[in-house]
Amino acid sequence: MRIPCYAVTTRIVTCLLISLLSWLPMTAAAQEQDGQALLEALDTRSFDDKSEAITAIIESEHERADVWLQALLDSDLQRLKDDGRFVIAVDSAGLDVSIEDAITGESMDDVTRRDLDRLTINNALRSQLRSAISLVELYAGDRDARLDAAEGLIGDVEEDQVEPLTNRLDEEPSAAVRDRLNQALAVYRLNQGDVEAVEVLSGSLNSNIRVALNRAAQSDDPLVVDAATAALADIEQNLKISRAAETLYFGLSMGSVLVLAAIGLAITFGVMGVINMAHGELIMLGAYTTWAMQQLLPGQPGLALILAIPAGFMVSALVGVAIERGVIQFLKGRPLETLLATFGVSLILQQLVRTVISPQNRTVITPEWMSGSLVVNDALSLTLNRMYVIGFALVVFAALILVMRRTRLGLEVRAVTQNRAMARSMGIRATRVDIMTFALGSGVAGLAGVALSQLTNVGPNLGQSYIIDSFMVVVFGGVGNLWGTLVAGMSLGVINQVLEPWAGAVLAKIIVLVFIILFIQKRPRGLFPQKGRAAEG
Amino acid sequence: MTTFLRKTHPTTSRLFTTALLSAAVMGASAQAFAQEDDDPIKVGILHSLSGTMAISETVLKDTVELLIEQQNEAGGLLGREIEPVVVDPASDWPLFAERARELLEQEEVDVIFGNWTSVSRKSVLPVVEELNGLLFYPVQYEGEESSENVFYTGAAPNQQAIPAVNYLHDEVGVERWVLAGTDYVYPRTTNRILEAYLKEEFDVADEDIMVNYTPFGHSDWQNIVSEIGRFGSEGKKTAVVSTVNGDANVPFYRELGNQGIDAADIPVVAFSVGEQELTGIDTAPLVGHLAAWNYFMSVDSDANYEFIDAWIEHTGEDDAVTNDPMEAHYIGFNMWVEAVEKAGTTDVDAVKEAIIGVTVPNLSGGSAAMMPNHHITKPVMIGEIQDDGQFAVVWETPSTVAGDAWSDYLPGSRDLISDWRKPMECGNYNVAENRCMGSDAEEQAEEALAED
Repeated sequence: MRIPCYAVTTRIVTCLLISLLSWLPMTAAAQEQDGQALLEALDTRSFDDKSEAITAIIESEHERADVWLQALLDSDLQRLKDDGRFVIAVDSAGLDVSIEDAITGESMDDVTRRDLDRLTINNALRSQLRSAISLVELYAGDRDARLDAAEGLIGDVEEDQVEPLTNRLDEEPSAAVRDRLNQALAVYRLNQGDVEAVEVLSGSLNSNIRVALNRAAQSDDPLVVDAATAALADIEQNLKISRAAETLYFGLSMGSVLVLAAIGLAITFGVMGVINMAHGELIMLGAYTTWAMQQLLPGQPGLALILAIPAGFMVSALVGVAIERGVIQFLKGRPLETLLATFGVSLILQQLVRTVISPQNRTVITPEWMSGSLVVNDALSLTLNRMYVIGFALVVFAALILVMRRTRLGLEVRAVTQNRAMARSMGIRATRVDIMTFALGSGVAGLAGVALSQLTNVGPNLGQSYIIDSFMVVVFGGVGNLWGTLVAGMSLGVINQVLEPWAGAVLAKIIVLVFIILFIQKRPRGLFPQKGRAAEG
Repeated sequence: MTTFLRKTHPTTSRLFTTALLSAAVMGASAQAFAQEDDDPIKVGILHSLSGTMAISETVLKDTVELLIEQQNEAGGLLGREIEPVVVDPASDWPLFAERARELLEQEEVDVIFGNWTSVSRKSVLPVVEELNGLLFYPVQYEGEESSENVFYTGAAPNQQAIPAVNYLHDEVGVERWVLAGTDYVYPRTTNRILEAYLKEEFDVADEDIMVNYTPFGHSDWQNIVSEIGRFGSEGKKTAVVSTVNGDANVPFYRELGNQGIDAADIPVVAFSVGEQELTGIDTAPLVGHLAAWNYFMSVDSDANYEFIDAWIEHTGEDDAVTNDPMEAHYIGFNMWVEAVEKAGTTDVDAVKEAIIGVTVPNLSGGSAAMMPNHHITKPVMIGEIQDDGQFAVVWETPSTVAGDAWSDYLPGSRDLISDWRKPMECGNYNVAENRCMGSDAEEQAEEALAED
């Protein structure tokens, strides 16, 4: 494997790899001295001087240069306060930091954070380091790293990079990476006034390419202007489709959050007719359960999250049963008192969390497989955590429908809510059914909390922000109808996201609320009113 | 005798002290005087311990308690113990006024440390003015206010927002601006000042400024973040100036991370996000986003390390963090202590007079001075978020900046200055008309703003 070695005027790039592969044995002492001097230059307050020091390190082809650059980027390159030695923090999770010598790579005794001076970098240095590292990756990294590196080059190619990059094209095995490299080179040529470059670029949604085409469309050469304008019109068309798809996705994801928050309420309020103002706090407890599971299983946020699904259900269901037995059963048929009492319960639960745990928000870690996004094209990428939440909402919904339609519990619940006296005379223990139903609705609220912990704050106020929305969805969808809740939640989400870009977040919320008020005036029983005997009860 | 003394109005108490003093010299009521001397000095703490704002305000209550503890260990003040009086206004704005009245009238505290939101401060303002109390307000705010009885130890817009924008323009080369904020008075006023400033100083065109407001606790940021991404990919360097407050920040930053908006491309500089707020977030995807404050926990100074050690010991949590409003209370408390020592009494009028010009060390290795407009001098720092939830300072003003009560960039307040020294003693003196505007200055400034 031959690696081209080149240096660029503004962004210095070299093959650090070559130094690794064909490193000629130098005396250890000389290396050490050299390294100390190179690192010494980094320890300055001025970021301009630091930038020069980084350039010097890249050019030095020092054996450990790539280690230093990566450590500097990760803020792990530090300096011992007492003897001024440069060290790299290997593990800084706890109070003590385990370190190794930056120059020799030998492990050293643990120190505390106070003993170390961090070499700070800013955003400009961060990009400098990233492009230096990514160019090494272009030659040595795996396919994804190469793709990222090639993408980073679009709009950023310098004159003396053209030749080595053109050579790289022949050696690159992946077609996707070759495409990106071609585009990067084409943007360079377009900037030089080459009309043919437009052909390579047309149809791409990459924003740097769009910027380059925009610039070309305002240039002096009529040929270039025509070609660029045509390409831009084409891109604009594609962008519109991507944006519409994006808005739809945003709407569905917001809708799935609404459905999750409301579906538990659809059971306790919709089916049982209990106004439970503490529903939001049951959601909050689910989110706190997720946090607690992650505390119990440190280092395994993904496993903890999956275990939190049954745990969150159980915790909220148990608290729900306690609320039902302790408060609601004594207030049967008195909705106003139930509302006030459960509102009190909600305040108690909030303050309890504040006093027992903390008024501060808790950090819930997003597992690796849930962060980031699925890139469809350059203008449309779907965030993964939202996608999981949409899927989760649908699964929870399907499971609930099954429980209500196919199980004995579901049958009994429907019987009790339709005609309590008749159901009892048929031998159904109505009180037990009440408890089970309330536990089910509360447990589902806990599940919503587990999902929400991935999207929003886990704090004592979490529930408050969802209680109004939940009631809104249930009433809009039609009380007592699970399908209504699904359709209502999803459509409110989409309406909100369609309105938001042109009305603003504040106004969009108001418009949706006004719309629901007007809708309820016209159809007081919601989208899907219950028919038959159930409606009369 | 003592009970009688306690009931006197604070302004007249000095007279009685003198009277007492002469009486004491004559030996007639020496015992009563000594007793008064042993009474603890009462310090009121007016921070929400429940409700929405508890998340931010509980640590400030703890901070004042810690400072009082330390002062008592060092021998108290004027040879007397200091006693904290804690009340809970429960994030309920009208309740702030009630609790402040309770502190001043029933508890008869000598000074109050408290408030976070501007609306709660506005609700307390008439009470402390009517009862001639002292209030130290520790949070950055929108300015356009100066009260005889309030000392603003947080940053005014010229101590936070304006230098941050200068940094982005001069050092980062930003040409397009997103002003994103929560929909209430502080972000709206700050963004108005910033918009006027950007247009006036940097000739920024209208199409290069995007203003966006979201409701309190906004949790669905998908659309806005995606819009910011689009706004920022038009070829000009773009930055987001965020006055998004409180809980809404966590989902905002999460969405930024998920949609892959990198700080190197579109940096977000926040005025309300500190170490405390970051404890609720995994900061790895946020490395490089910025915050402008007058203090960061990562500041390298002996005073800071001592304070952090004391704080960790006080809270009993190894990972307890400190933040900017805590430093503001640290400065404010020490200023009050010094002023009381200088005046030799806790009498409000004497302290108010003595405190102007008082200089105490801040936590970043410099010092803070109380200016005649009741604002203080502060260094301005820009910090970048690190993966451990801390900030690394990347830029700092060469010297401290004095807080400006009335913005120079708003039409209504341009000509106003504040000076509480004699003979001016006016919080809103109009230099163009050469007169004190009195109590309606604020409304007039607002009217001028509406006409603009």
